[in-house]
Amino acid sequence: MKTVEETKPVNLLSRLTDTGAHQKLLAFASLIALLIAFSIASPNFMQTSNMIAILQATSVNGVLAIAATLVIITGGIDLSVGTLMTFCAVIAGVVLTYAGMPLLLGVMAAIAAGALCGLCSGTFVAKMKIPPFIATLGMMLILKGLSLVISGTRPIYFNDTPGFDQISRGSLIGEILPSLPIPNGVLILFLVAMAAAYILGRTVLGRYTFALGSNEEAVRLSGVNTDAWKMAIYALAGGICGIAGILIASRLNSAQPALGLGYELEAIAAVVIGGTSLSGGRGTIIGTLIGALIMAVLTNGLRVLSVAQEWQTVVTGAIIILAVYADMVRRRQAK
Amino acid sequence: MAPIVKMTGIEKRFPGVHALKNVQFELEPGEVHALMGENGAGKSTLMKILAGIYRSDAGDLSIDGESVELDSPRAAQDRGIGIIHQELSLMNDLTTAQNIFIGREPRKSFGRLDENALNRNAAEIFASMNLNLDPKANVGSLTIAKQQMVEIAKALSYKSRVLIMDEPTAALNDAEISELFIIINRLKAEGVGIVYISHKMDELKRIADRVTVMRDGEYVATVGASDTPISKIIAMMVGREVNEEPVEVPDLSEAEIALEVSGLSRGKDIRDVGFSLRKGEILGFAGLMGAGRTEVARAIFGADPRDGGDIRVHGKDVSVTTPHDAVAAGIGYLSEDRKHFGLATGMNVRDNIALASLDKFTGRGGVLDDDAMRKTAQDYIRKLGIRTPSDIQEVRLLSGGNQQKTVIAKWLLRNCDILIFDEPTRGIDVGAKSEIYKLLESLAEEGKAVIVISSELPEIMRLSHRIAVMCEGRLTGILPGGKDTTQEQIMQLATQREAAMQPTGETP
Repeated sequence: MKTVEETKPVNLLSRLTDTGAHQKLLAFASLIALLIAFSIASPNFMQTSNMIAILQATSVNGVLAIAATLVIITGGIDLSVGTLMTFCAVIAGVVLTYAGMPLLLGVMAAIAAGALCGLCSGTFVAKMKIPPFIATLGMMLILKGLSLVISGTRPIYFNDTPGFDQISRGSLIGEILPSLPIPNGVLILFLVAMAAAYILGRTVLGRYTFALGSNEEAVRLSGVNTDAWKMAIYALAGGICGIAGILIASRLNSAQPALGLGYELEAIAAVVIGGTSLSGGRGTIIGTLIGALIMAVLTNGLRVLSVAQEWQTVVTGAIIILAVYADMVRRRQAK
Repeated sequence: MAPIVKMTGIEKRFPGVHALKNVQFELEPGEVHALMGENGAGKSTLMKILAGIYRSDAGDLSIDGESVELDSPRAAQDRGIGIIHQELSLMNDLTTAQNIFIGREPRKSFGRLDENALNRNAAEIFASMNLNLDPKANVGSLTIAKQQMVEIAKALSYKSRVLIMDEPTAALNDAEISELFIIINRLKAEGVGIVYISHKMDELKRIADRVTVMRDGEYVATVGASDTPISKIIAMMVGREVNEEPVEVPDLSEAEIALEVSGLSRGKDIRDVGFSLRKGEILGFAGLMGAGRTEVARAIFGADPRDGGDIRVHGKDVSVTTPHDAVAAGIGYLSEDRKHFGLATGMNVRDNIALASLDKFTGRGGVLDDDAMRKTAQDYIRKLGIRTPSDIQEVRLLSGGNQQKTVIAKWLLRNCDILIFDEPTRGIDVGAKSEIYKLLESLAEEGKAVIVISSELPEIMRLSHRIAVMCEGRLTGILPGGKDTTQEQIMQLATQREAAMQPTGETP
């Protein structure tokens, strides 16, 4: 009988890296390789200001990708993250600008609206047994439409809410370390990532997230109320989209109701590049973060090298196919 | 002793099937009660009712003399009923400890998991089972046997008083089976009642106290395991009257050998299988579920890889590594799952018949010759008696028997003279069955070489000129067809496990 050694204190980093380590190593190595290649190609790339621009560009897509990761690990997909983000931004605009409520209330309302919409998607999927692709496709269009209806198709500006733009653009770190003016948006991305990683790795909800994606029927036969947990995960993902809504509204200092379509695909791309399996059961937040960073570095680097935007899209598409192919090859070898 | 579980008058219907008819079952504490029956006898359905997975349509289920309603797996677990499923129901991406305690994770405040307690509890269970397993190992990385042990550990962790084991030894080797039996005996001594479903006759004598036999969804009898000869139990299991006329076996000693397979093997699924098949012959493949019959057929057809083995068609070596090769050599395979692998159900009869032979109808510039296709399709509809309003009827609207005939037409048109039928009458009603039988017989008379895989012994007996029997990937014997071979003889070969006691029950 093998003795079981005392479990060591939780090391969050090891927690973040122990599943699907190979694909993440690959993703991480690709990220480093991209950074090196771009710095060699252009001296302007490795500037602190440019690095911060990359991080800032990652923040919204990163948060959305984290939401998408949660749903994808259950074996589902969420196509509504982009327009849900916009919807939440519009809700914040209604509460803050139209109703003139205090800042905190607007933020809470946006997150609550996100969670509620997520709960709706979760209900369609878990209770009504609508395939996640269809259920969230429907939600995507409903929310796009609602955003336009509520806002009267016009942007809502936050000029009357002092400090709103600081949520994303301000820099708490910069006030302490003036040489490192990392914007709050990036800080929020990392806080959301830490929280999501903790939930996935250390809580009951996270355990069922993986279990559902791994073998839902087995979980159900174990006496777990799978429907309720699945709805909870979609709601959590929705709440995280609410945070993304606040971030983008703060960065633009306005809620742009026409925005949002297309963000879901970028988010899913980041998840996939980060090694999360679309068939469910496997995935990590750190992988998703790296995936989001790779996309931002690519876009930024190619722009610095003055590559036309059309070609940037082509390259991103190729990267997605390469990343998934690498994962397939690895899994075939593992068999 | 008062029984823990008493089931009486249990009824269960699924759409189109009367799965359980007035079934009774009883389990005492400290007893290993074997539940025996052929595939489809209703054993698993009955146990799923006991485990709260299905609900019975009628009948009474009492636990400790108290009538109960088990409406969910949770309710059954709360009553101390644990089940180990036939298909492993584990989450491959989770660790062994996480699997065992799914749904009952030790928690701290705010839904946080107590991972240390989780691993410690799992380690304790493994220790009590004398199992060398790491609580933190990913289940997906374990062997099937180890995964099975995790399932058992999971069931034990519920402090079950009733433990249902559905073919627990299916994937275990002899040493592991002995380990399992030690665990079962320990549980017995602690007063746990164990329902043991197995097809392996030799295990009965080793482990069971009583045996309940089921057949076609009905209760047959409950007998003592030690004082009932295995042959009698087999007779109770198969006891159906075979009122078909016995097959007339033609003299084929002069006929050309159409297919010769030797040394076919792949891992544990197929172990050194070899046989030959003559023109005009129907060779039946009998065996229990998982014996490896379909695997052999798919390997011959090139649908799955093989480690080794030679295939000779009409005396010539052929290299078959893909279905395309097999078809080129004249081998056709008719899958047991027509809807998934045999038919394009949304297309019409004509297109389905022509599907594998489109090159025959392709004219200049790749244009299909619809006229020729229609004539050919109508020819086969007449020849095989496919009942369809026209050749442009969608096949999904045909009955099972006529769908099967459409698949047969497809392969005949492709000039396949070696035809492998995998469960040719599954999902086909009784009347249509005999039509399919007659069709298979007339194919053989025309000189086609036919293999029929079937889990239904009467079907094997009705059709086969010779009967190949498989068990655990091995060909355990080839019996002559006709009235001299009994179902009991086939069953004995089908349960003849390697290095195990002879299934007659005598101690070696």
